[in-house]
Amino acid sequence: MASATNHPYYFVPNPSYWPIITGIALLAMAAGAVGLMNDIDVIGIPLKYALYAGLAGLFYVFYGWFGQVIGESEAHKYNKKVDVSFRWSMSWFIFSEVMFFAAFFGALGYARLQSVPDLGSLDAKLLWPTFADAWPTAGPNAKEGFTAMGAMGIPAINTLLLLLSGVWLTISHHALLDGNRAKAIRWLALTIIFGFTFLGFQIYEYMHAYSHLNLKLTSGIFGSTFFLLTGFHGFHVTMGAIMLSVMLYRLIRGHFNKEQHFAFEAAAWYWHFVDVVWLLLFVLVYAI
Amino acid sequence: MASIPHGNDHAHDDHHDHHPSGLKRWLTSTNHKDIGTLYMWFSFIMFISGGVMAMTIRLELFQPGLQFVEPEFFNQMTTLHGLVMIFGAIMPAFVGFANWMIPLQIGAPDMAFARMNNLSFMLLPPAAVLLIGSLFVPGGAAAGGWTMYPPLSIQAGIGMDMMIFAVHIMGASSIMGSINIITTILNMRAPGMTMMKMPMFCWTWLITAFLLIASMPVLAGAITMLLTDRHFGTSFFNAAGGGDPVMFQHIFWFFGHPEVYIIALPAFGVISQVIPAFSRKKLFGYHSMVYATASIALLSFIVWAHHMYTTGIPAAGQLYFMYATMLIAVPTGVKVFNWLATMWRGSITLETPMLFALGFLFLFTLGGMTGLVLSLTPVDIHLHDTYYVVAHFHYVMVAGALFSAFAGVYYWLPKWTGHMYDERIGKIHFWTSLIFFNITFFPQHFLGLAGMPRRIPDYNMQFAEFNMMSSIGAFGFGLSQFIFLWAVLKCIRGGEKAPAKPWDGAEGLEWTIPSPAPYHTFETPPTVK
Amino acid sequence: MTMKYWAMRASGVGGAVFSAMAAAKMEYDLQPQITEIGRMQQDLHVAIMWIISVIFVIVFGFMFYSLYAHRKSKGHKAATFHESTSVEIAWTVIPFLILLVMAWPATKAVLAMKDTSSPDLTIKVTGYQWKWGYDYIHDGFGYLSMLSTPLAQIEGREPRGENYLLEVDNPMVVPMNRKVRVLITANDVLHAWYVPALGVKQDAIPGFVRDAWFKAEKPGIYRGQCAELCGKEHGFMPTVVEVKTEAEYEKWVIAQKLKYGVVDKNAPAAATVAAPAAVASAATPVVSTAAVAAVPAAQNEALPAKLFFEVGKTDLPANTKAAVAAAVEFLKANANAKVALSGFVDKTGNADQNAELAKNRAKAVRETLKTAGVDEARIEMRKPEVLTGAVDNKEARRVEIIAVK
Ligand code: HEA
Ligand code: HEA
Ligand code: CUA
Ligand SMILES: [Cu+2]
Repeated sequence: MASATNHPYYFVPNPSYWPIITGIALLAMAAGAVGLMNDIDVIGIPLKYALYAGLAGLFYVFYGWFGQVIGESEAHKYNKKVDVSFRWSMSWFIFSEVMFFAAFFGALGYARLQSVPDLGSLDAKLLWPTFADAWPTAGPNAKEGFTAMGAMGIPAINTLLLLLSGVWLTISHHALLDGNRAKAIRWLALTIIFGFTFLGFQIYEYMHAYSHLNLKLTSGIFGSTFFLLTGFHGFHVTMGAIMLSVMLYRLIRGHFNKEQHFAFEAAAWYWHFVDVVWLLLFVLVYAI
Repeated sequence: MASIPHGNDHAHDDHHDHHPSGLKRWLTSTNHKDIGTLYMWFSFIMFISGGVMAMTIRLELFQPGLQFVEPEFFNQMTTLHGLVMIFGAIMPAFVGFANWMIPLQIGAPDMAFARMNNLSFMLLPPAAVLLIGSLFVPGGAAAGGWTMYPPLSIQAGIGMDMMIFAVHIMGASSIMGSINIITTILNMRAPGMTMMKMPMFCWTWLITAFLLIASMPVLAGAITMLLTDRHFGTSFFNAAGGGDPVMFQHIFWFFGHPEVYIIALPAFGVISQVIPAFSRKKLFGYHSMVYATASIALLSFIVWAHHMYTTGIPAAGQLYFMYATMLIAVPTGVKVFNWLATMWRGSITLETPMLFALGFLFLFTLGGMTGLVLSLTPVDIHLHDTYYVVAHFHYVMVAGALFSAFAGVYYWLPKWTGHMYDERIGKIHFWTSLIFFNITFFPQHFLGLAGMPRRIPDYNMQFAEFNMMSSIGAFGFGLSQFIFLWAVLKCIRGGEKAPAKPWDGAEGLEWTIPSPAPYHTFETPPTVK
Repeated sequence: MTMKYWAMRASGVGGAVFSAMAAAKMEYDLQPQITEIGRMQQDLHVAIMWIISVIFVIVFGFMFYSLYAHRKSKGHKAATFHESTSVEIAWTVIPFLILLVMAWPATKAVLAMKDTSSPDLTIKVTGYQWKWGYDYIHDGFGYLSMLSTPLAQIEGREPRGENYLLEVDNPMVVPMNRKVRVLITANDVLHAWYVPALGVKQDAIPGFVRDAWFKAEKPGIYRGQCAELCGKEHGFMPTVVEVKTEAEYEKWVIAQKLKYGVVDKNAPAAATVAAPAAVASAATPVVSTAAVAAVPAAQNEALPAKLFFEVGKTDLPANTKAAVAAAVEFLKANANAKVALSGFVDKTGNADQNAELAKNRAKAVRETLKTAGVDEARIEMRKPEVLTGAVDNKEARRVEIIAVK
């Protein structure tokens, strides 16, 4: 079989089963999600189990595929040119994430500047005689009231947590660049702790919203934009924190040195991106 | 562009032409050529599926009255036809071209991420299964049009969810594919292959990949909101909760308009390869071509609401979007004029690729012109959601993108298979396609002008003649594609041996390697002067 | 016009090929416009067709000349030029200037189209799956407009009429030479109100009100279709507008008011009484104009009355008392009249259960009316054609008490 090792110019991997396994796992997940949302049984078995099976498959892929990549990296198969490829690709991936969030920020902006004022306009009195343009709102047909999440309090603390975690991460990176691995490990660990604390607060905030503020996913356009924006952000923080945890593990195992640690940097870029999204969120969702 | 033919350096590594054989070769491939081939065949299968749906549509519309299918099923056909053709046929076809040709054109050993490349492909069959499988679930497939506007798409059943996930998966595939292409182009060019020396096809793909990365995630966001509105009680598109159905349209078309250039730009790229080759003359205005492509791409992000003139956006909005849309005619015009100037005082021969390129040039421009008619808000008030729009976009997408894909296939088949295709069959394919295409879609302009709405299974008698004509044309066009299949299969199985460079006017690194292209190429990069 | 020319050629061919088909006149261009705006749009279309046709001919004149003259088979040798800044600038600037020429009339047309100010008449248009509702909001009546083509024609069991799929039971009726503003909304999904001859196409968006206007200059019946995919019967909800002369329109309005039991407080009594022709010819049996005039406006105002219900409940709401009182008053004043009760539900939930719920709501109201001393014989239980339907769910859950004369 072809061996992929001896391309001096650029690393081209061997044939791999991981992609097709990923495809199958995603198909299972999609089918399962459809089953879950529509309560479908296939020959008496709830289809939603396919979702869990698919997820398990996906985690298996993450473990195996990324493990293989780490192995290749440790075997020094990635030269400078491959490293540049990783840099470009990570940048464009983050750009795609920016555009994903842009859709939801766009929805928030549209609701606040366009649809809600429109629903409160004179013409719309024909349909919604009593609705007045205001924010936050659950819309002209709101069944029950809610209280919006204040910006001070937990969100402000969370802002501080994320910003500081960004600083700790930078310190860790500089330590790595200085070849001070022990210091890098300490600050990276602190970053991760801050990240998970952020998530803890976020979960608490959600519970508070549901139980005390009556602010739910179903609370009209405010609830929709609030929970989807903060929810997707939270999901990204989770992913980022997991990535950083893997980096911590690899740092401890001695995978990184001064020159070669792009995985670490990529995770750091991602973390900063998540940070910036939060700042936007804090201003646009909580503060104004 | 001068290049030193460096060929394939086999010496150091002779086991490289060995590769897993049988099914394993195709399921696990990390070879850009194999993956390109997979993309092309997938695309063809989808083209046939979408084509069968189109035939169903045209069959029902052959005569007034409801003859063959239920209205609901008709709408499912229209919806799936649009989605399958765009996401299943045209886009993968051009990604296939990109896989095959970009590494060859820039002198790279493979795509930057060969395994992820395979993943991009491997996501497509699951998406196709979800999409086409949705026809067979209770309630049937999504029937709200490929634009899936709420609230109709909120009312729909299981098929809609399957479609949403299919689009999610195809989106992921496109994003990974694009990242791969951008990285390959930016990082893997052979020494001396500067950006401004790259073949035009690489440039158009670079810019297309940018469009994809910027627009696909937005679509993902839109359909995610659709999903939560459907199942989790959010109110993004529901006025009662303070949302707005029109908001979906804004987000969708912010993706949707760049999407049409995602379809068009790689097609432009292929044409920019073919026309110089058969005019035996360098591409005219290379620099302005690059700038024009980039301006089309940038403009495409600020014109989306020309699909929404009748939603009641304020006058200022209508005017802005009208002006911005009209502006796209300028860079597109530059491209058209450059192609003509390339032909001008060349030494032209009319092999099949050139014929398709000329068909493209003529009919795409016609479609562009009707696009311009549509861009004028007051006129669009009449034409929006009528068959005029259907005619417009089939001119730019079938006579445009699809013809360009045919041109590309005939142009590069010798390189892929090592054989010349049968010129006679190719020419028959071209002429039948050209004639039947126009019989199918030209009358649709008149239908639209006379006021026939799109997405209807039945119509008044005044539309009968043109519809019958259109249906006859469509059957003819569909059957003509058998000729294409025949030409390709015949070429794969044998035929005149192709030299490394079968077209005397062609330029580029791909012609410096033998035909068929060896399994591994440019493992040590060639040097370009 | 080039388009027309080609259409003529095409129809020549079509005529030969399809001569066996007896069909309505084949149309290939925009319908004749009967509004000023419509004509602006049409003129713009003609102008741009000329412009692009000329460009097209010139541009492809070059292509075909080149194909003819610069062929290898004719021994033409390829030139080597591949750049020319001045030419490239020219073909960037000239199209731009042409676009400016096109943008000017287009801008004027857009601004004219959007001027919905100071209308003479306002009509609310509501899109439903799959029919249109027309509410003459200042005249107090409204009705639904549905496809009237028989199923037999659609399924091919009967010959198709000239207006196949373009005919409705009740068209929208408007006066000639008046600025009519339409307020367009929808009840369920998107629709689009499209009447080609008026130059109006406007999406109907549930929960939002959009407007458009027209001033028709010629009496007649103008036909169009819903132009936004709205589900399985999207192809079967025509938009038909009948333009009447002003005098005819006035008569029509009076007849409608009688039909729907509306009394015009502002109209001088004479006008009401002096409409015998229209009234007599109206198909629906109506009470004499005198009787209508005699009904005290104050009482009649309450009918039709709407009682709104909670989700899934049949408990009577707070305004029941007033509504019942109104019904009693009405029945007292009109000895031969009856009241009809119609129950409605919102769209959510199981259809059969909903139908039952609607009935029970109406029954609850009937009981109350009986308690208030109304003879059961004078209460008619009327199942509405569509059980759901209102701007929102809250308004959908209701019982209507309607005056029947
Ligand atoms: C490949 C895909 C493709 C391409 C390239 C285009 C190109 C263009 N399109 Fe098209 N379009 C679609 C695919 C495409 N479109 C699709 C799929 C839809 C329907 C979606 C749906 O609703 O389902 C659509 C719908 C659509 C609409 C909405 C219609 C409606 O629903 O009411 C409009 C309106 O402005 C429009 C305009 C244009 C314009 C101005 C261009 C321009 O880019 C064209 C520019 C080109 C030229 C003008 C010709 C060459 C130029 C010259 C020779 C220079 C000189 C010319 C002049 C100065 C006039 N398109
Ligand atoms: C690039 C994309 C693409 C392509 C290639 C096509 C190809 C064709 N399309 Fe298109 N079409 C769309 C994109 C495309 N379409 C989109 C986006 C819509 C809008 C959907 C919506 O409204 O939501 C649409 C809508 C659309 C409509 C309007 C439907 C409606 O509004 O209800 C019609 C009607 O005629 C139509 C016809 C055709 C035909 C006849 C072909 C032909 O070119 C197809 C020819 C191909 C084949 C037939 C397959 C290969 C041949 C065989 C397998 C041999 C067997 C053949 C026979 C038995 C004859 N299409
Ligand atoms: Cu109503 Cu289409
Ligand atoms: Cu567009």
